[in-house]
Amino acid sequence: MIGFRLDRRSNVVPYLQIVEQVRDALRTGLLETGDRLPTVRDVASSLAMNPNTVLKAYRQLEHDGLVEGRPGQGTFVVRSLAGPSLAGQATLRRELVAWLGRAREAGLPYEDIQALMGTTLHAFEAEGAA
Amino acid sequence: MTVALETTGVAKRYGRTWALRDCTLAVPAGRVAGLVGPNGAGKTTLLRLAVGLKRPTRGEVRVFGQPPGDDPALLGRVGFVAQDTPLYADLSAAEHLEFGRRLNPTWDGNAAAERLARLGVASDRTVRSLSGGQRAQVALTLALAKRPDLLVLDEPVASLDPLARREFLSELMGEVADRNLTVILSSHLIADLELRCDYLVVLSASRVQVLGDVDDLLAGHAVLTGPSDAPVPAGVQAVISDRGTHRQRELFARTSAPVADLAWQVRPVTLEDLVLAYLSEPTAGTLPGPEAAA
Repeated sequence: MIGFRLDRRSNVVPYLQIVEQVRDALRTGLLETGDRLPTVRDVASSLAMNPNTVLKAYRQLEHDGLVEGRPGQGTFVVRSLAGPSLAGQATLRRELVAWLGRAREAGLPYEDIQALMGTTLHAFEAEGAA
Repeated sequence: MTVALETTGVAKRYGRTWALRDCTLAVPAGRVAGLVGPNGAGKTTLLRLAVGLKRPTRGEVRVFGQPPGDDPALLGRVGFVAQDTPLYADLSAAEHLEFGRRLNPTWDGNAAAERLARLGVASDRTVRSLSGGQRAQVALTLALAKRPDLLVLDEPVASLDPLARREFLSELMGEVADRNLTVILSSHLIADLELRCDYLVVLSASRVQVLGDVDDLLAGHAVLTGPSDAPVPAGVQAVISDRGTHRQRELFARTSAPVADLAWQVRPVTLEDLVLAYLSEPTAGTLPGPEAAA
């Protein structure tokens, strides 16, 4: 089952962080149609966060047609966001993990890896658009 | 919308000192409201008025539409954990639960005992021998065993270490998820209120300075950075603070529309930014419009 984490330094408000994490999990195939999301109570108590915030995130996902609340049973995934590219993701992920290993060996701390990936992706996208 | 706590023009005087002056606020039912303010702002007085332990010198306090303190049935719907979670040091948790069972018409002793067992609190030991975190959990458990509709907590985690604070708040948030419980929680640790509160009351100099839904308040404020000679951009409703050097100006502003002026960089605010900005400008304030208070 998916576990959520919250980044307090993020500029993204907490309920949207949860929405984004579910969408990411749907994109990467970590969550599939029929999977159950953790209960509002479990998320609220494990992250010590307001259950109304979790509810707000689940309502947003329901409104987007991605999940469905079933009374007395929980909240279930009804639509996946994984495209046909999902099959290729396992290989890409392996290559990325290998690359991350080399970056770690080269002595790059987490923030530097993140910055390098971010700026490279940004430049790559900009080139593609030009 | 049901209102859990409502005060109208409430003032409270102790001797010659006014602990509260003209305090008007409403906390909707089902919310987790954070009460913040500097020491001496009147937080504890407001909470004691809310649970009926004190009566206002002027004005009206209503809990679920009734003045608290008169009707035993109403008191049964209100749970209160006072500052420093006071308990009888020589009694065990089990004895506290027995005490509570005899004094309260509604009492869920089984759930309380289960909770303490789950948290690993020894019910048979005197409260004195428990850790601070465990004592706080016993006090919370007692308050929740009444099955209150409104739970009032006065600085419950102030004296706890970070891990015990988190465990306390986890329990509290779990309980809020389980049923329609309104919580009013005072704290001077704003980081503990972040993620937990969806409603905010800022008391300053015995008055209500800020009141409202946390998401609305955060969305309605921004930190703007721009050249020192740039005029205040469109979309700004009020400037709460205006700081800067001879080159750069930083505004903490209440906004009525997104600021799209290219001369200004816009950064969203956190709960901590918001509270600190208002507390350092005691004359500034923001209260919801009539439609939000209705």
